[in-house]
Amino acid sequence: MPDTVDITALHGWIREFARLIADHKDLLTELDAAIGDADHGINMHRGMSAVVTTLESESPGRPSEIFKRTGMTLVSTVGGASGPLYGTAFLRMSAIAGDAESLDGTDLAKLLRAALDGVAQRGKASVGDKTMLDALSPAVEALESAIEDGQPLAVALGAAVRAAEEGRAATIPMVARKGRASYLGERSAGHQDPGATSVTFLLAAAATSLS
Amino acid sequence: MNKLINDPGNVVADALRGLAAAHPELRVDHEQRVVFRGDAPVRGKVGLVSGGGSGHEPLHAGFVGAGMLDAACAGEIFTSPVPDQMAAATNGVDGGAGVLHIVKNYTGDVMNFEMAAELAETEVVAVVIDDDVAVQDSLYTAGRRGVGVTVLVEKIAGAAAEEGRPLDAVAAVARKVNSQGRSMGVALSSCTVPAAGRPTFDLPDGEMELGIGIHGEPGRRRVPTGTAAEIAEMLLAPILADLDFTGGDGVICFVNGMGATPLIELYVMYQEVAAILGKAGVPIARSLVGPYITSLDMAGCSVTLLKADDEILRLWDAPVRTPALRWGV
Repeated sequence: MPDTVDITALHGWIREFARLIADHKDLLTELDAAIGDADHGINMHRGMSAVVTTLESESPGRPSEIFKRTGMTLVSTVGGASGPLYGTAFLRMSAIAGDAESLDGTDLAKLLRAALDGVAQRGKASVGDKTMLDALSPAVEALESAIEDGQPLAVALGAAVRAAEEGRAATIPMVARKGRASYLGERSAGHQDPGATSVTFLLAAAATSLS
Repeated sequence: MNKLINDPGNVVADALRGLAAAHPELRVDHEQRVVFRGDAPVRGKVGLVSGGGSGHEPLHAGFVGAGMLDAACAGEIFTSPVPDQMAAATNGVDGGAGVLHIVKNYTGDVMNFEMAAELAETEVVAVVIDDDVAVQDSLYTAGRRGVGVTVLVEKIAGAAAEEGRPLDAVAAVARKVNSQGRSMGVALSSCTVPAAGRPTFDLPDGEMELGIGIHGEPGRRRVPTGTAAEIAEMLLAPILADLDFTGGDGVICFVNGMGATPLIELYVMYQEVAAILGKAGVPIARSLVGPYITSLDMAGCSVTLLKADDEILRLWDAPVRTPALRWGV
C-alpha cells in the first residue's frame, strides 16, 4: 500500500477516534474523577459525537477542511480545558495542511508537530507537567524520527502509538503542575492522566485508519 | 440517589427554562445558554459578563440584573462554557463602553474566555479571580482557584459599572476586590454529577476534605471532622496567615454553603468565625451568609474575607436587583 493518506482515510481517522472515545468514555471519566472533576469522558464523547455528525452532513473534501470543522466543532461543544486544547490542535493541523488534497508521512509528522506546539502554547504547559503533552510529545518525536529513517507509515505510526503509551504510563507517578489535578499537589501522583489517555486514542486511531 | 431531575443529560437546559419562568425580568437565550438582563445592552454602561460550569447556583445566572452582571454563560455541569457562548454574551451586553469578563481561575475557563475575547466585536478586559488560599504553591500549580470572592467581585464591580464608570475603572475595582479577598473551604461530603450518577469521591463518616474547591475535586488534606469551632479555626488560620486583615475599615465576612449544608449550620459557623475575628482584632463591617457559590449537593462551607475600605463598602451597599441578591430597591 502506498504511503498516501487520502480524504477517505482522514474521515476514517476521525470516526475511529470518536469510536475509541465512546468505547472508553467511562474509563476517561474515572481517571478524571481521581485527580480532576470527573467529566473528561463525558465532554470528549459529546464533542466527538458532534464532530461525526458535522463531518457526515458537510463531508469536507480537503484535509484542511476536515481538521478545521473538527477543531471548530470541538471548541464549540466540549468546553472545559479539553475543548480549547483539542480544538487548537486540529485548527493548527488545518493551517499546516493548506491546499493539499492528500498527505504523506512527512506531512503527517509536520501536522502533528504543529498540533503539539499549539497545545503547549494554549495550555502554557511543558512535558512533565502530567498533561496530554506527556503522551503527544514523545509520539510526535517517534513519528518524526521513523519517517526520517524512511520507515513505512504503518511502522512509523506504530512507533508513535508505542511512544504515546509509554508517555501515558509515565504520567502515573508524576505530580501534576497544570490543570485541576495540580491543586492536589503530591496527591496527584499515582494516577494516570486522563488527557494523556485520550490523546493516545487519537494516535491509536491514526495507526488503525491511516496505514 | 434520589434527584429532582428528568433526564441527567438535560439538567442545565431544564434549569435554565425554570430560571426564565421564575424570572421574567431576565432574558434567556436557550440556544446559546446565556442569561441576559432584560434591558441589556444598557447604553453607555460597561457590560459585565461572567460564566462558568453549571452546578454552582445561584452563581452566575442568579446574579444577573441591575447592579450586578449583565449576562452569564452556563456551561455543562462543572465544565467551562465555550467561546461561542461567551462571545454572544459579550456582543449582547455591549452598550458602547466595553465589556468586563469576570473569570474564575480554572484552566478551562481562562482558555475559553481568552478565545472568546479574540472573537468578540468590542473592547474586552478580563479580570481573573484567584482567592483560594488552599492552593499553596502557585509556582507548581495552575494558580489559586477562583471561589467565594467571585460573588463579591460581581456585586462590587457591578455597582461600579452601574455608576457609569469607564471600563478601566471597573476593572480596577474588580482587581482590587480580588487582591484583598481570601477564601478557604471544607467538604463534609462529596457531590454527585448527574451524568456520572454517583459521588465523585468517597468520604467516610468522620472524615472531611480540607481545602476543597467547588467541583468535587478532592481537597489538599483529609482530616478527621471536628466541631464547628474547630473547623472555623482550620478555615480561618490559613486566611489570616495569608493577608493582614487588621486595622482599616474591617472586612466583609462571607460564610458560604456548598449546597447541602443547612442554613442553621452556616449560622453556627458564622458565630464561630465572628468570635475568632473578634479575638484577632478584625472588625466585621458587613456579612453575607448563605449558599451563593455551591458545588451541587456537596455538604460543607467556605469562608471568604474581603478587606474593606470606604469605596468597597459604598459599592457593596449600592442597590442590587438579581434573583439571588436583592437589596436597596
